[in-house]
Amino acid sequence: MSSKYLEESSTLDAGALEYIHRAAERGLYEIRGLGAKRKVPTFDDLVFLTASLSRYPLEGYREKCVSKTILGTRYAKRPLELAIPITIAGMSFGALSAHAKEAIGRAATIVGTSTTTGDGGMTAEETLVYQCLPSRYGFNPDDLRRADAIEIVVGQGAKPGGGGLLLGQKVSPRVAAMRALPEGIDQRSACRHPDWTGCDDLTIKIAELREVTDWQVPIYIKIGASRVFNDVKLAIKSGADVVVIDGMQGGTAATQQVFIEHAGIPTLPALREAVEALEEMKMVGKVQIIISGGIRTGADVAKALAMGADAVSIGQAALVALGCNSRHCADGGAHQDVSADYAALGAAPGYCHHCHTGLCPVGITTQEPELEARLDPKEGARRLRNYLNVMNMELVTLARACGKSDVHHLEREDLAALTVEAAAMAKIKLAGTNWIPGLHDVSGSD
Amino acid sequence: MKTVRLDLSELSVRQLNDYLHHRLASEDVGVVEILNPNGMHNIAVGLDYPIEAHIRGNAGYFIAGMNRQAAVTVYGNVGWSVGENIMSGVVRVRGNASECVAASGHGGLVVIEGDSSSRCGISMKGCDIVVGGSIGHMSGFMAQAGNLVVCGDAGAHLGDSLYEARIYVGGKIHTLGADAREEPMTDDDHAKVAALLKRAGMDISSKNFKRVVSARTLYHWNAEAHQEY
Repeated sequence: MSSKYLEESSTLDAGALEYIHRAAERGLYEIRGLGAKRKVPTFDDLVFLTASLSRYPLEGYREKCVSKTILGTRYAKRPLELAIPITIAGMSFGALSAHAKEAIGRAATIVGTSTTTGDGGMTAEETLVYQCLPSRYGFNPDDLRRADAIEIVVGQGAKPGGGGLLLGQKVSPRVAAMRALPEGIDQRSACRHPDWTGCDDLTIKIAELREVTDWQVPIYIKIGASRVFNDVKLAIKSGADVVVIDGMQGGTAATQQVFIEHAGIPTLPALREAVEALEEMKMVGKVQIIISGGIRTGADVAKALAMGADAVSIGQAALVALGCNSRHCADGGAHQDVSADYAALGAAPGYCHHCHTGLCPVGITTQEPELEARLDPKEGARRLRNYLNVMNMELVTLARACGKSDVHHLEREDLAALTVEAAAMAKIKLAGTNWIPGLHDVSGSD
Repeated sequence: MKTVRLDLSELSVRQLNDYLHHRLASEDVGVVEILNPNGMHNIAVGLDYPIEAHIRGNAGYFIAGMNRQAAVTVYGNVGWSVGENIMSGVVRVRGNASECVAASGHGGLVVIEGDSSSRCGISMKGCDIVVGGSIGHMSGFMAQAGNLVVCGDAGAHLGDSLYEARIYVGGKIHTLGADAREEPMTDDDHAKVAALLKRAGMDISSKNFKRVVSARTLYHWNAEAHQEY
C-alpha cells in the first residue's frame, strides 16, 4: 500500500497513541524529571533593538559594563551582592548527588554568585540561599543563621500546586538521615507549609525568620508561575525582599508528566505579570524579581533583565553544563561513552529525563556511588564556571550594544517581538510595528 | 546568675529578641521574666542558651519557635505554631494552644497543659509533645519521628499519612487518618508514656492510653489505591 494512504490522526497522533497504550498497559501515569518539553513562546521570540543612530553603543572591549547585582534591599541589613545576575536555583542533595552539589557550590563561589539548598537540608559544600520548604527536611536554625538569604518556597514552575517526590531508589542512608525518614521509601514532600496557611500567616512567618536571623539577610518567596500578578502582589504584601518566579519550563527531579506539561504558564508572560505587579505596588527598585524556568543563554538573561527582572536563576542548564544528557563522562579521569547506560533507561543522550530513577548515566542525579564517581566535582565546577562566565559575557555584550554601562539599565524599549504570541505575552511591540496585542488595536492606538 | 525583667509594653519584640540572642551570656542571665506579651507574635524565637524564660500572659504566633536549650513557659494561651521547629529544650504552655503545635519540631519537649487545636504535631521530626487536654483534627499529619502524648481526646483524621512518629491517646479518638492504625500498647510504650507524662509534670497513669502508628501502606506508591486510603 502506498504511504499516501497512511494518514496520521491529528487527534490520535503517535504521541497520543503511545500515551494511551502505555497507560492501558501499566495503569500508571508517567513520572519524570526535568521540565516542559512542549513548545511555548520564549525569550527566543524577542530580539534586541541595539544601538545605531538613535542610540549610542559602548565599545565592546574597552568600555565597562557593570553586571554586579544586589538583591534584598527592602529590609535586610545585609543584602546579597553578586558579581553576576545569574544565580543557581534550589536543587536538593538527594535529587542531586553530593558530587553535583559540590561542583555547583564551587562554581558559584568562583564566579561570585549564589547557590540554593533545595529540599533535604544544607550540605557542607554550599552556603548562601537556604530554602524553607513545606517539608522542612533538615531545616534548623543553625543553617538558617549561616545562610546569606532565605527562600520560602511556595511552589515551583514544573509543578505549581504540587508537592515534591523523591522515589525510594534515591533515598540512600545519608539522604534518609538528613530527612529523618526511613531508607528506601518513596518520600513525599508536602505541598503546603506545616505552620502557616494564608498570607496573613505568612507575614508573621517571615517576621519569625527575620527575628531568628536578627533581620540580617534577605527573605525571598519563590512561586510557581500560575496566577503570577496576584501572587507577586501577595508576596510583596507579606513582606518579601525578593520574589522568585519559576515559569513552566522550570525543571524538577521528579513529578507527574501531566504536571510538567499542563500546569502553569510560560516564563515569558510570567515575568511580565510579575513586573506589572511590582509597578502597580510602586515597588520597583525596592523589591527584586528573579525569574527562572528555561533560561539557557546570555541572550535569555539579557532579555529577562530588559523585561524588568533583577536576576535570573538556572537549574537544568547548570546540570547540562555539568554533563547532563552528554554522551560521555570522565569516569576516574578516563573518557567513557555511556550511551549504553542511557539505552538501559529507555533514553538516549539528548533525550534523557530519567532523573527520578536515580540511575543518571553521568553521575548528577544519583545516589549510587559508582555512578556518582562519573562526575568529578572539580571538573564539573570548571565546566559550570565556564558556562556562567560565557552567559555573563554574552549579557554584557548585548547590553553594551544597547548603549548600557550597566546590565540593569536594559529596558523593555530595547526589545521587539518576532511573533504575535510573544508580543502579547511579553507586552513588547511586534517587530516593525507599534502594535502590542491586547494593549493596542492593530493600528497601534490604545 | 541573675533574673531580668523585660516589659513588652516598653520594648518591641525586636528589642526583646535581640537581647535574648546576644546578651544573656555576657550579662550572666539565668531567668528572664517577659511581661505584657499581649498577644504579640514571635516572642522568644531562635533562643540558643540554657535559660528559663517566663512569658506572663497570652501570646501570639510562633512563640519560642526554633528553640534550642531554653526552657520557655507561657502563663496564658498561645496562637499558632508554638515551639515551631523546636530543636531542644522545653516549651510549656499553661493554657491552651491554637493550631500547629510544635510543627516540624526536631527535638526537645513541648507541653500544652490545656487543649491544642488542629494539626498538633504536624510534620514533627523527633520532638516530644504532651497535651494535657484534647487535640483538634488532622493532628500528627505526616509526623516523621518523636512522640505525641494526648491525655484527652483526639479529633478527626488522627495521624494521617504518619511516618515513624508514635501517637498515644488517653481519651477517645474521633477517627484515624489515612494509613494510621491503632496497635496494642507494649511495656516499652507504657514506660515511654509514663516518662513523658512525668517530664511534663502530669500525674496521670499510662494505663488507658492507646497507641497509633503508621500502617506503612503509603510508604510506596500504590496505583491500585484509587484514593481509597
